Amino acid sequence: MPDIITRDGEIKKDNWTLVPRPEEGESLDLPEGPALIPADLWVAGKEHYQDREDIGIWMESHDEPELVADYLDALPIIAINFPKFTDGRGYSLARLLRERYGYRNELRAVGDVLLDQLQFMKRCGFDSYVLRPDKDIELAAHCLNFFSQTYQAAGDTDQPLFRRRAS
Amino acid sequence: MYVYDEYDRQMLAERVAQFRNQTDRYLAGELEEGEFLPLRLQNGLYVQRFAPMLRICVPYGMMRSEQIRRLARITRDYDKGYAHFTTRQNVQLNWPAVEDVPDILAELAEVEMHANQTSGNCIRNTTTDQFAAAQSDEIIDPRPYCEIIRQWSTFHPEFAFLPRKFKVAVNASRNVDRAAVQVHDIGLEMLYNEHGELGFCVHVGGGLGRTPMVGPVIREFLPEKDLLTYLEAILRVYNRYGRRDNKYKARIKILVKALTPEGFAEKVEAEWSQTKNSPTRLTQDAVDHIKSHFTEPGYADLQDDPQELVSARADSKGFDNWVRRNVNSHKKPGYSIVTLTMKKTGVPPGDISDRQLEQIADLADRYSFGEARVTHQQNVVFADVRQDRLLELWEALKPLGFATANLNMLTDMICCPGGDYCSLANAKSIPVAEAIQRRFDNQDYVYDLGEIDLNISGCMNACGHHHVGHIGVLGVDKKGQEFYQISLGGSSERDASIGKILGPSFAREEMPDVIQKILDVYVETRTEEEPFLDTYRRIGISPFKERVYA
Repeated sequence: MPDIITRDGEIKKDNWTLVPRPEEGESLDLPEGPALIPADLWVAGKEHYQDREDIGIWMESHDEPELVADYLDALPIIAINFPKFTDGRGYSLARLLRERYGYRNELRAVGDVLLDQLQFMKRCGFDSYVLRPDKDIELAAHCLNFFSQTYQAAGDTDQPLFRRRAS
Repeated sequence: MYVYDEYDRQMLAERVAQFRNQTDRYLAGELEEGEFLPLRLQNGLYVQRFAPMLRICVPYGMMRSEQIRRLARITRDYDKGYAHFTTRQNVQLNWPAVEDVPDILAELAEVEMHANQTSGNCIRNTTTDQFAAAQSDEIIDPRPYCEIIRQWSTFHPEFAFLPRKFKVAVNASRNVDRAAVQVHDIGLEMLYNEHGELGFCVHVGGGLGRTPMVGPVIREFLPEKDLLTYLEAILRVYNRYGRRDNKYKARIKILVKALTPEGFAEKVEAEWSQTKNSPTRLTQDAVDHIKSHFTEPGYADLQDDPQELVSARADSKGFDNWVRRNVNSHKKPGYSIVTLTMKKTGVPPGDISDRQLEQIADLADRYSFGEARVTHQQNVVFADVRQDRLLELWEALKPLGFATANLNMLTDMICCPGGDYCSLANAKSIPVAEAIQRRFDNQDYVYDLGEIDLNISGCMNACGHHHVGHIGVLGVDKKGQEFYQISLGGSSERDASIGKILGPSFAREEMPDVIQKILDVYVETRTEEEPFLDTYRRIGISPFKERVYA
């Protein structure tokens, strides 16, 4: 399992395995140890999964948050897949899960995750990141903190700058 | 004008450092071309036909003289000594070196300028009326709202990777629309409702390009304080549901069309209902704080039409023509709005040298409280000139080539850089503009024609806004040969419309004759005082077609 980066820029060993969607007609093959499974399959089998601390889900960037909105407390971790780093839908999905539906457990970015988007991800409420393996993980902490100030409210603060300025 | 505080300065400095870091990694081979691409675009850097091109942001077109001087210095130190005004109220450098760009951005930051989000699939510079706060036909000064949008959209974490670029324009005039809001992704028209409350009429999904469209209204009245929550709702719907499979179908107009304006509005309202009372809702303090930056300059107490002006106009036909054409009325007695036309024959529309930039800065200091504005027609505006000094200003502008008295006339064309500079272009546009200017060099004839918008784009990306020209010219490529297609009847005004294609395209050398034939039909059929667009709307396209293809 690859190292992950936390929102504080720490590099951590991690043992969640992302289980790809099984082929048509095949069933889900759970690995040893904790696993991230496709969100709709978790929902379909929720009676098996909802009490398990070692089963989380991953979502596609086009998935609707309503798919899992009723079960958020039962999910120890949600990963959102960035199929390409230029696909910005994952940022909206993250904010909806965090700010609209109140998801409080771990939110992880997976897929085409590069260095220069980490701070946007952090701001939208992601708190762990699996960097694409060819990227230098040592630079992550720097890239998570290019900016010390922000104009907007987002997943990290509900106070836009115009309110902070006034106070 | 807005002046940065410590927060703005801090973020801009961090942005420059970030891009320096990214450029270093790119030059060291640690960032692939495709990974660097959106980063450099969102810092204004294109790679063009002959060299990179840097698009510098001029928020809602406003510049102080020290900023103009800094631009001049940058064009000298890092470029070939000239710059180009764009049709989005920005400024472009045509020849910077990639490795110099972080230094250029650092120099810009010293005078509170930048190139943030001037390109790429993100929220671009918000534009507005170049006569804002100086003209008399105004509901309220739109610039504070543009600045509020600028701050909200700058480095927005959710909207840095939209399906496609996104442009917002704001208009606050009652009777005219110099900001062309109906051909923007979002067009905001300011108004007071029947209860006397300030707000916005919201158009979404207008635009030019391959699929030109006039933006439908999705909300008749949005209260002032709800501006940002509502914009965020629109952007979120677009970010999640806009098409990402085909770049030519990715603009918000395609989504609005697919869902219908009503269907799109429903989605936005549903999203907004969840966030409208969030802390992103504007406060009176926040609006007042931004407004405090846009105070009136120190106007003197004067009367309209002072003796100096009246007698100078009587003495000089040239001066009188210029006042008639290039000078607009002002809300303050004794003041005028002056447009410096950058459309001298033989100079590519919008191009300006380092020396000319410095002269404009000096004149702005002397005649217009040290401020100048860029227009989407690629001209420059001095918004606050004393009428008793107009003659002096005219005398100063003449030798610089900025006093061509052709504002809004046939020869005041909008023209993109075209195939001479741009790698997207199918055809050159500047030589067409020049050939037309040379043919129609008789000022009396041009004045007699009245206001005609002639807009030229070198390809269907439509940077020259050809769809909304009364006469539009589009460069097309036919088997490697450059041809030009003509459309008639477009308008970006209140009565916005998309021009209709006249017929098969023409070779470049035919263009002046073709334009002549179109004008002949107009001159022969117009009723007294009838402008070109009205004649076209009355008689339709057929008479023009018959003459041109006879």
